[in-house]
Amino acid sequence: MIFSFDLIINAIVSGILIGGFYAAVTCGVSLAFGILDIVNIAHPAFIILGSYVAYIANVDLGLDPVVTAIIMLPAFYALGVAIYQIYYVSFERRGQESLRGLAFFFGLLFITEVTLVLTFGVDYRYVNASYIGPTWHLGDVDMPLRLFVPCVISLALIAVLQLLLTRTFIGRAIMAVAQDQLALRLMAVDPIRIKRIAFGISIATASLAGAFLIIIQPVEPSVGREYIGRVFAICVLGGMGSLPGTIIAAILIGIVESFTSTFYGPSWAPAVSFGFLLLTLAVRPAGLLGR
Amino acid sequence: MRTPIFLLISLLIAAAVFGAAIAAGNDYIFFAGYVVMQYVVLATAWNILGGYCGYVNFGTAAFFALGAYSTVAIYKYTTNNDTFPIPIPVLMLIGGVVSGIVGFGMGYLTLRLRGAFFAIATLALAVVLETLVVNWEYVGGSRGAYILRPETVPIVGNYVRYLFLIMLLLAVAALTVARLIEHSRLGYGLATIRDDELAAEASGVPTLRLKLIATTISGALMGMAGAPFPYYISYLQPDSTFGFDYAVNSIAMALIGGTTNWIGPLIGAVVLGTLQQIATVTISSAVNLLIVGLLLVFFVIVAPNGILGLVHKYLRRKPDDFVGRRRIGIDAPEAAPQSVPGTAPGPSL
Amino acid sequence: MSDLLAVDNLGKRFGGFVALEDISLSIAAGERLGLIGPNGSGKSTLVNCICGTLRNERGSVRFAGQAIDRLAAHQRTHLGLARSFQLPRPFVSLTLLDNIRIPLLYTVEARGTRHSAQSVVARSEQLLSEVGLQDKAHKLPRDLTQVEMRKLELARAMAAEPKLLIADESMAGLTHSEVEDILTLLVRLNEQGVSIILIEHIMRAVMSFSRRLVVLVSGRKIADGEPNEVMRDPEVERAYLGQ
Repeated sequence: MIFSFDLIINAIVSGILIGGFYAAVTCGVSLAFGILDIVNIAHPAFIILGSYVAYIANVDLGLDPVVTAIIMLPAFYALGVAIYQIYYVSFERRGQESLRGLAFFFGLLFITEVTLVLTFGVDYRYVNASYIGPTWHLGDVDMPLRLFVPCVISLALIAVLQLLLTRTFIGRAIMAVAQDQLALRLMAVDPIRIKRIAFGISIATASLAGAFLIIIQPVEPSVGREYIGRVFAICVLGGMGSLPGTIIAAILIGIVESFTSTFYGPSWAPAVSFGFLLLTLAVRPAGLLGR
Repeated sequence: MRTPIFLLISLLIAAAVFGAAIAAGNDYIFFAGYVVMQYVVLATAWNILGGYCGYVNFGTAAFFALGAYSTVAIYKYTTNNDTFPIPIPVLMLIGGVVSGIVGFGMGYLTLRLRGAFFAIATLALAVVLETLVVNWEYVGGSRGAYILRPETVPIVGNYVRYLFLIMLLLAVAALTVARLIEHSRLGYGLATIRDDELAAEASGVPTLRLKLIATTISGALMGMAGAPFPYYISYLQPDSTFGFDYAVNSIAMALIGGTTNWIGPLIGAVVLGTLQQIATVTISSAVNLLIVGLLLVFFVIVAPNGILGLVHKYLRRKPDDFVGRRRIGIDAPEAAPQSVPGTAPGPSL
Repeated sequence: MSDLLAVDNLGKRFGGFVALEDISLSIAAGERLGLIGPNGSGKSTLVNCICGTLRNERGSVRFAGQAIDRLAAHQRTHLGLARSFQLPRPFVSLTLLDNIRIPLLYTVEARGTRHSAQSVVARSEQLLSEVGLQDKAHKLPRDLTQVEMRKLELARAMAAEPKLLIADESMAGLTHSEVEDILTLLVRLNEQGVSIILIEHIMRAVMSFSRRLVVLVSGRKIADGEPNEVMRDPEVERAYLGQ
């Protein structure tokens, strides 16, 4: 096989663009799993939910998916808060998060997916927006806007999150909640309230990630499954809860997947992230940028 | 009750079930009963790791499919080469070995870490195996594979009856293994892992080895349940074989029945499995699965100890008194993992 | 006579935080050692490194003449190293009797002594009665008080028939007479030849029990010797008064 130079460059560029999008998909999990220690395996299902919300608003009202996602942020936040409340009362407080808590999220994943199948069927759905068709050509390099726009907004989203976590009181409290709940209580901060807020933010990111997903590719309810292995691989590789680490890991996985699709065919891509996940867990569970 | 007596009684019950099904004179009973028995095996297998040891496996479909696709690969080989077809019990042993080995490998890589990582890895395993199968033309790739099954078999007659009988016997075997583990030194070791791994290690329990044994036995049983499936379904498709249905059903059945002993998954699988078989006739399978998902969430929130837990509460007795969990060592034999194919003792760590 | 436990230049870090630095410590067979130090001085980290819950990065740990640094916790238990946890960690789904039976089945049997089922039960019952819990043998740990939990924790460690027992703050919250009970128990165990490391905040108990006292401050060993002398050491006084 001869790998032409522009094929390689294009694989790298689309890998980086896809990686930026993967970072948006993963940042919610980095927050929930990495920082709060909540194994929310249903996260991809909420992303698909975000895709369908964007789809409905796009088809019925002609709204831009990203605009819809921003409008819907409070609703997803509220959903996250509600789910955390149930999770806390039913599992975390009883110390049953490891078995029944996991089963709970698995149930949510399943319910969301089946409900979407029952409502929309298993046909692929897609949205219309001015940036979905065109591609910029920079010399030999193709820059499809449907990848470029989500990547840029995704990086902006993570920058905002990072600022929130490092520069605000709530953010610092979130970072502290994993390490020292006692210190928080001494500062008269309720750790449960902090976790509720953080989990709300985590689910809110799914609104945007869902919009990006349906901009990038047509969506049907079970698409989310492919993302389970991927998001957790990125989260672990990125060092569990580090947002800069998440971006680096996401771009790495994006590039490797892009190479795999280009040279071996897209049907092999889902296996890449799993390989990375197993390798990371076996060799270096602390991730690339272990805390 | 000693294990041979338990086995004898179970076999008598199985014979009675089989006899009653023949007497009913409707072959649909065998067709539906096969699926219920298959779920008894899957839920019991899931519970050996999940219920006894506290490690969640989301990859039931993956292990099940490993068994099913082992059969497909062997079937293709025997038909392509015109060799004598391998009988189903042998296929089950092969499927069990393959799944057991994969379970052992996955466990070896991830069981040193917190349980969440193992759960996530099993979730991803199904996706990857599906990718492999879709790209593997020999077993039909994404188009799926057709299996021609004989119309009849000697002695039993009708082939679906034969399949049902085999699955019924596997269910008896799975329940016996589960019960044996529960009452053995291994079962108590697994319980300490579920309760507190650090304290278990400090008491001298080789936690990694026991977890690997449980994962291997559990995976092997799931693979054995999958091996006859291509003959049952005749047309095997990656989509449906790797479906979430198996994972959600095996978890839901164990948790809804009750996870602390072998009766729980049996109750869960028979109740939920039978309801589903009745419901698929009347409502769509998607609604059916939605109900399972809702029941799962409902039970883990409201009745975390399942139906068994509710019964205990009703009887106001301690869970352990009710099922007569006896002391270890008195008459319980050592768990014999070597009696299950595909089981390799863990490395001595 | 060679040492039962020999810790040599042990070092442990958590990220940038140095939890233990250059700890050397040896214990002879049959010794009664007190280990004290302010909160966060590294006592529990040291216990965790010795028992295999944590891995030390530097230095070595030898037990009964064998390097055990790379051994898993359960293997160290099999060799004869037992511990109780500072916060009791019972097996919540097992009865008290079964809690005690686990080390008998998994540690004592691993050494090759295979007891009959009846003698395992008898031995478990005996251990429970030694800590005064014989009446609750068939209860679950959730039915116990905090004090009883500590006793169960100690009984479970004793069930492993160790050569060295590390009791990590097993007396916190106990009344005067309960402390006396546990001390009597430990002394009796010691008289049977078991070496004991007692980690404790109750100075009265430490001083009456220990034949030797080791003081940790900020991950370093600052004193090691005869208890009364150690307590007169100006550096120890400063560390304790400085709190």
